[in-house]
Amino acid sequence: MADLTSDFLGIKSPNPFWLASAPPTDKEYNVRRAFEAGWGGVVWKTLGAEGPPVVNVNGPRYGAIYGADRRLLGLNNIELITDRPLETNLEEMARVKADYPDRALIASIMVPCDEASWKAILPRVAETNADGIELNFGCPHGMSERGMGAAVGQVPEYIEMVTRWCKQYYDRPVIVKLTPNITDVRYPARAAKNGGADAVSLINTISSITSVNLDSFSPEPSIDGKGSHGGYCGPAVKPIAMNMVAEIARDAETHGLPISGIGGITTWRDAAEFMALGAGNVQVCTAAMTYGFRIVQEMISGLSQWMDEKGYTSIDDFVGMAVPNVTDWQYLNLNYVAKAKIDQDACIKCGRCYAACEDTSHQAIWMKEGRVFEVNDAECVACNLCVEVCPVEGCISMEPMEIGQTDPRTGRVVVEEYANWTSHPNNPMSRAAE
Amino acid sequence: MANSLMASGIVAQRLNAEELASNFSDLHPAYAPHEAAVAADRCYFCYDAPCTTACPTDIDIPMFIREIQTGNPEAAARTILEQNILGGMCARVCPTETLCEEVCVRETSEGKPVEIGRLQRFATDTLMAAGVHPFERAALTGKRVAVVGAGPAGLACAHRLAMLGHEVVIHEAKPKAGGLNNFGIAAYKSTDNFADREIEWLLQIGGITIETGKALGPDLSLDHLTSGFDAVFLSIGLAGVNALRLQGEDMKGMRDAVDFIEELRSSSDLSTLPVGRNVVVIGGGMTAVDAAVQSKLLGAENVTIAYRRGRDAMPASGFEQDLAAAKGVKLMFNVMPVALKGDGAVSAVELEYTSVIDGKVTGTGETIELPADQVFKAIGQTLRGAPDGLSLDGGKITVNEVGRTSKDMVWAGGDCASGGDDLTVTAVAEGRDAAMDIHAQLTS
Repeated sequence: MADLTSDFLGIKSPNPFWLASAPPTDKEYNVRRAFEAGWGGVVWKTLGAEGPPVVNVNGPRYGAIYGADRRLLGLNNIELITDRPLETNLEEMARVKADYPDRALIASIMVPCDEASWKAILPRVAETNADGIELNFGCPHGMSERGMGAAVGQVPEYIEMVTRWCKQYYDRPVIVKLTPNITDVRYPARAAKNGGADAVSLINTISSITSVNLDSFSPEPSIDGKGSHGGYCGPAVKPIAMNMVAEIARDAETHGLPISGIGGITTWRDAAEFMALGAGNVQVCTAAMTYGFRIVQEMISGLSQWMDEKGYTSIDDFVGMAVPNVTDWQYLNLNYVAKAKIDQDACIKCGRCYAACEDTSHQAIWMKEGRVFEVNDAECVACNLCVEVCPVEGCISMEPMEIGQTDPRTGRVVVEEYANWTSHPNNPMSRAAE
Repeated sequence: MANSLMASGIVAQRLNAEELASNFSDLHPAYAPHEAAVAADRCYFCYDAPCTTACPTDIDIPMFIREIQTGNPEAAARTILEQNILGGMCARVCPTETLCEEVCVRETSEGKPVEIGRLQRFATDTLMAAGVHPFERAALTGKRVAVVGAGPAGLACAHRLAMLGHEVVIHEAKPKAGGLNNFGIAAYKSTDNFADREIEWLLQIGGITIETGKALGPDLSLDHLTSGFDAVFLSIGLAGVNALRLQGEDMKGMRDAVDFIEELRSSSDLSTLPVGRNVVVIGGGMTAVDAAVQSKLLGAENVTIAYRRGRDAMPASGFEQDLAAAKGVKLMFNVMPVALKGDGAVSAVELEYTSVIDGKVTGTGETIELPADQVFKAIGQTLRGAPDGLSLDGGKITVNEVGRTSKDMVWAGGDCASGGDDLTVTAVAEGRDAAMDIHAQLTS
């Protein structure tokens, strides 16, 4: 069986599956249950400064969107950082770390954006023997109104400044958690790196309204008839998160900066995809909140099975393997030509490919006598929409055309040479080789 | 004191009230809202959907399922009822396994169709429970139409005509309306008096008068109707029953299956309804299955369906066959009755094995005798009491695709008319289409 041992910034854990800083890691009780269930590490629910803790609303904190059979696809929350006293959390963290020395325990921190506040809390955290800290520059709701969380994460200069303080007053790894509520995630990532961060973790939640009650006209979750934007997470955010991870992994300035991947990770496969895009480990929250801590067993068995099949003995064998294949649109090979192909034996004749292509795409699917659906290669641009809407996996595939064949749509012969937009004659900025 | 299952002869109270209530409960229980949502999620919203094509009333099935899925069963009900005003009953009695659900792409791909019938019931039940009648009458036309027979075809025709602004008088021979919906369907398919409730709901459109106890005959001739009304729609069903043409057919214990089913549907206390210990049903259609299964549910010990052809040729669907088998009915294929035994009362049926050569049923000479204290005949119904002067086609009133008979301003639909299967849903479609044609004629 593959070795899932993770070494992230020198922090060892039996597997790369950590619980993200969130409600599941708010207390000793939960964290002990998580470790018993098999989680490799936890990022403790974000600590605030000494003094009276924040308070939460006394109404609903979560909103959701669903797929078929009420499967939870997206969750948002308006919960703030821990609402328990700092001292209580620190005591519990120290006890848990002492009892589980082989597991990673990271302290998430969010205090006001001044040096004194950070200087005050960091030694307290160090006393717990936590393995490192994560700077919460991400929460988009509540705390951001007080100049913390995403309000810091949206200003690269602040990120760099605070990271620098942390590196100055704390001697274990510093992870900077980034907000996705920005235009280009590379800027905050670069700032973190420039401030000396050992790693970035992303994404935090996305500003969101999950639904509107059409009787009361209140957004959900509704607190006495009013709602406030919450932080969105769960399977629905995974594509957004993966792109941001990849952007940082392939950016010349941040390439090689360790990444802890977060965002909708629900299964071993999600985790493997994040890791292939450069995440050294992953953090999970919504999946655990939806199904309980036991899901980590599936993630462990699934990842080991896949690694065994692929011959990977350590997770380092595949971390970042997909990064070289993430490129800019302008470098995609315009000489690559594919056509949709419908497997008539697998086709169940629902006609969704036809409706999609006829109504919204290129009129490249024929509906023939007896509900036989066939691709008209002379119109097919290989957009892939038919593949996406087909309810039968594998029924429609995109088949690359052979070199030397003529594309009936363009009349051009398919050539082996790679050619992209930068040298295309239609490109006014063309840099065609002379 | 209840009789036992083993009491011989045709007796009541073979089962106690609790057992009877359980046996005759809803065959397909209504969906709870979440069940409906899950079932609706399975629909692929097919293009030019095969289910809609298969539906005799052309209900836009993917659309109504999508309306359920998006939390709007009332809109779903309107989508259904616009095409099929008896969508509630059809949801219960349609042989969906040979119509919409048979061609569902989920059926072809995984052997488990979207449960269209139950979803349709969910939608229509929701609307009816809210007491909503979603249609309004158009401005009155002053035209009057006579409908003969208050079965599914007559009711569908009357509703559509009333909606279009005409006045309708339905003449019904029986003491109450509904036709086979009320008298000819297995009780477990239409529980809680649904047929009556649906008619009451349908009549909310207004403009429809039902006169019961009025059959075509000397007092109510077709000429009388054509002169008194602007148009006439005949939906008189098939009142005659085919005979076995065997000696002893009048013995005690011999009965038409349709009579038994009607008595059962009309009974307010099933424990008073007598049934044999050994029941043999001759035939292979839905009526045979309904009679056989209900005999079993009333407590008959042995119930056999004897059908003269093979399983593949049986008119009752695979689902109905399985239902019968699951309830403990024995299905015998390739047997035909050749003699009825008994002295005053039937005691046994002699069956001869058959083979089908070139489509023709032929006896093999080998026979088997089944003990029988009750024999139900379910070998088909025939047109009876059709007015003179109408062309007939294969024993039914000849009609064109919109229900016109050979006589001017007389239309016909449902089981009495040529073309289409003898199904509730087909009758509704024929009544509706005839109404549209009548309307076109009356307003042209």
